[in-house]
Amino acid sequence: MRLSRARLLRRILFYLLITIILIYTLFPFYWAVVSSLKSGSALFEAHPLPIDPAWSNYTAVFQEQPFGRNILNSILVSTATVALSLLLAVTAAYAFGRISFRGRLPLLLTFLGVSMFPQVAVLSGMFELIRTLGLYNNLLGLVVSYMIITLPFTVWVLTIFMRELPKELEEAALVDGATHWQVITHIFLPLMGPALVSTGLLAFITAWNEFLFALTFTLTGEMRTVPVAIALISGASAYELPWGRIMAASVIVTVPLVLLVLVFQRKIVAGLTAGAVKG
Amino acid sequence: MGPLARRRARAAWWFLLPSLTVLLLIAGWPLLRTIGFSLTDAYLGDLENYSFVGLDNFILLSQDPFWWQSVQNTLFFTVASVALELVLGLTIALILNVALPGRGVMRAAVLIPWAIPTIVSARMWQWMYNDLYGVFNQMLMGVGVIAEPIAWTADPALSLWAVVAVDVWKTTPFVALLALAALQLVPRELYEAARVDGVHPVKIFFRITLPLIMPALLVAMVFRMLDALRIFDLIYILTSGSPSTMSMSVYARRHLVEFQDVGYGSAASTFLFALVALITATVLTLGRAHLTREVRQ
Amino acid sequence: MRLNNILRLGLLLLCLSPATLVRAATVSISCGAVGIELEVCRDGAEAWAEKTGNEIRIISTPNSTTDRLALYQQLLAAGSADIDVFQIDVVWPGILHEHFIDLKPHIEPERLRAQFENIIDANIVDGHLVALPWFVDAGLLYYRKDLLDKHGFGVPETWEALTHTAATIQKTERAGGNRDLWGFVWQGRAYEGLTCNALEWVHSSGGGNIVDDRGEVIINNPAAVEAIDQAAAWIGTITPLGVLNYEEEQARGVFQSGRALFMRNWPYAWTLVNGGDSPVRGKVGIAALPRGEDGVHTGTLGGWQLAVSRYSGVRQEAIDLVRHLSSRREQKRRALEAGYNPTWPELYDDPEVRAAHPIAPTLRKVLAGAVARPSDVTGRSYNQVSNAFWSAVHATLAGKGDAAGNLALLERRLERIRRHRGW
Repeated sequence: MRLSRARLLRRILFYLLITIILIYTLFPFYWAVVSSLKSGSALFEAHPLPIDPAWSNYTAVFQEQPFGRNILNSILVSTATVALSLLLAVTAAYAFGRISFRGRLPLLLTFLGVSMFPQVAVLSGMFELIRTLGLYNNLLGLVVSYMIITLPFTVWVLTIFMRELPKELEEAALVDGATHWQVITHIFLPLMGPALVSTGLLAFITAWNEFLFALTFTLTGEMRTVPVAIALISGASAYELPWGRIMAASVIVTVPLVLLVLVFQRKIVAGLTAGAVKG
Repeated sequence: MGPLARRRARAAWWFLLPSLTVLLLIAGWPLLRTIGFSLTDAYLGDLENYSFVGLDNFILLSQDPFWWQSVQNTLFFTVASVALELVLGLTIALILNVALPGRGVMRAAVLIPWAIPTIVSARMWQWMYNDLYGVFNQMLMGVGVIAEPIAWTADPALSLWAVVAVDVWKTTPFVALLALAALQLVPRELYEAARVDGVHPVKIFFRITLPLIMPALLVAMVFRMLDALRIFDLIYILTSGSPSTMSMSVYARRHLVEFQDVGYGSAASTFLFALVALITATVLTLGRAHLTREVRQ
Repeated sequence: MRLNNILRLGLLLLCLSPATLVRAATVSISCGAVGIELEVCRDGAEAWAEKTGNEIRIISTPNSTTDRLALYQQLLAAGSADIDVFQIDVVWPGILHEHFIDLKPHIEPERLRAQFENIIDANIVDGHLVALPWFVDAGLLYYRKDLLDKHGFGVPETWEALTHTAATIQKTERAGGNRDLWGFVWQGRAYEGLTCNALEWVHSSGGGNIVDDRGEVIINNPAAVEAIDQAAAWIGTITPLGVLNYEEEQARGVFQSGRALFMRNWPYAWTLVNGGDSPVRGKVGIAALPRGEDGVHTGTLGGWQLAVSRYSGVRQEAIDLVRHLSSRREQKRRALEAGYNPTWPELYDDPEVRAAHPIAPTLRKVLAGAVARPSDVTGRSYNQVSNAFWSAVHATLAGKGDAAGNLALLERRLERIRRHRGW
């Protein structure tokens, strides 16, 4: 009897923990949704429910600026960033994780070193670079500049995952005369599916949320990405912050990401298990 | 070194070539430029005329108490937020790793905080933190936990913790997702064997699970640390220039952009870079068995 | 910088390209973030485009003023011709002047004389007219008419009267069940807005300015010390501690939800606190900010100007657009349509403007006596000066030292900045 009571207590504590975590992560989002349905003075009261839901915030977001276009830009930029950084990172991670060669450690550290400068210090030089390359006010310019943020991270994570795979995997193939490229595409990529999805997802969100580069390297409304578009929302005066509309825009932009996670989440978990062929 | 090993080493360089080229192309100029400017008196209004001033900027920097205050704030923030994120992220990953009903939805739910752009979530928290019309104080006063409103972001004793709470909320999903991926790699048979032997679950976690997921956790920690040491937007929006929360990046940005002092601001950025490199090197050395070791051959 | 030379060359080629030889020019103008501000600007600019046969391209910029300045600096430092006309804050001419053309040869002197003198002065750096004023702001005192009447108080003339009135009404109202009520809210966050607030306390108490017209640091004086100590004493008594992280919108939120008796804010809040769903609608009055015992009423000068980039490829058209937008007629349209305060004093006596804006007479008085931040005399060091000032005031308000000690430290810091960077 005592044992089962202890087990019951544990169970209760477990679910309590889950509840607390869910409240911590979800309450601010819930509050964003509630605020997005309020307007004017109602925003300065902490009513837990919008008494008179103001859907106009949602329509206003799309009327005042090309917000649909901005979302599309963000999707294009983030997708291209993920594709390019994964492509580059997979090959780099194969070299770092599967082959031992002189200079491996210094190079690995170089990749990390790029992530050690404050973004604002890199900004001016990057701005000159983007303009020299003729990529100013061009989505491609954003993709290129985002490499500095996503590449070190994807390379490192994929290296760690790649290294954990058993070495017998490529040994036989290489002896049989397969090229390294064939080993990567035929043996590793299928096994790495889940790791690729996780890192890809993290890189996607990073690119999706980036603000400073996106603001500085684009100029016209049609080239803006979502975070910049939200920062542009204003009232009659620059002092005024139309909070309801800003929250509406923020809620809208989280939807694609939640969908993305729901679509890929089976892959995150299931795929990883498949890759766990331990050597 | 046999011919096969040599051939492999050559292949490694070919595989690194594309990413190295991209990295050098995009990062080389901006980084060298910053380090170069840190030794000059360059001014943002006219970047073509400047003179070399040696280490003057670094000497001035080391004499500014505000700078050391911001170094101290940043270190405190980094330790507090990264530690909390690791513990909480691992907890969430462990929960999500258990077969629960509704696990899929929960996985998406815990990722939501990370999906909101920082420039928005920082303002959102600022709104919720407001002492008079913010929801936190209204709720706490409603249930009688506090009698007087708390000035979360204005009270110097609380404001840095208020920033930590937002950062933990926002970036825990990053740690959780990586930890979850690593947990999935732990072979089930290991658990089964331990359970059959009657080993206590806590012991299983520390003896079996934790060592196996260590590399992934450490990578998550290193990248969280790099971000935390460079924290900017969150603090900039939440508390602006208040000395009790100012971070190194906020300080650097102030001099680089607002004061147009490119030389001095670059020196602050370079100093920040050196500090981050030092800390990262220490962490990598301590965790080298997991992080930088070669593939087992 | 070789890279910059390459950019220059590219720019030159661009200027010579046949596209710019076509008669109709496209003028790019940055005028505000997305919202009413941008719409009203668009209407005005398009009217000009139609009249002159040119074209307009509107560039929106972030709502946050500091983000705007950072973006402008980036573009201008690169010598970019992407924006021809910049909307700049009243304290930016000193910081950005080397990137803008001198408008003096293009504007009739009588046109300048017809506008508020302090605003025109703020736009002159080293004898050059950097920008033309477009609309103007100044700090005002908002008060709750109903509460003052109920307790038999008048609108406070002096800071001492404000302190007394706020403390008394706050105490009585709280005892009567209005537990959330505070006496006075303002902007106390460590940012430019605190410089505006604190300059008002100091200037209205006879403490002068941070730096005087000749560039001497004069902030460390007894009147200034007293004014800032008085504000520090408000914290926790008539002003909530939270004000130390308040910007304009937080102060408005507290006042508009009926939780404050007095508020210091810019004119923009007037329309909003009287909005359809506002709990304090019709119960609000505005007045000039109080003064010290021997001081004068004042308010810090704010507002926006239009400047023409020296990198612009369509200079003549850009100048013409600025002339149009800042004209008396266009400013009247903007005042009537969206409540932007004109920089022409006579417009405040215009019957149509008066009918649309009952507060116009008060505004005119406040604007004429408004105090400018020392941005033209300190030039490119202004941000540093302002930063040092609000840091010292913020520390005092947060209880880290008293005004006497902090202002003495501030004086030494300012002297050092002056020696180091010069002004």
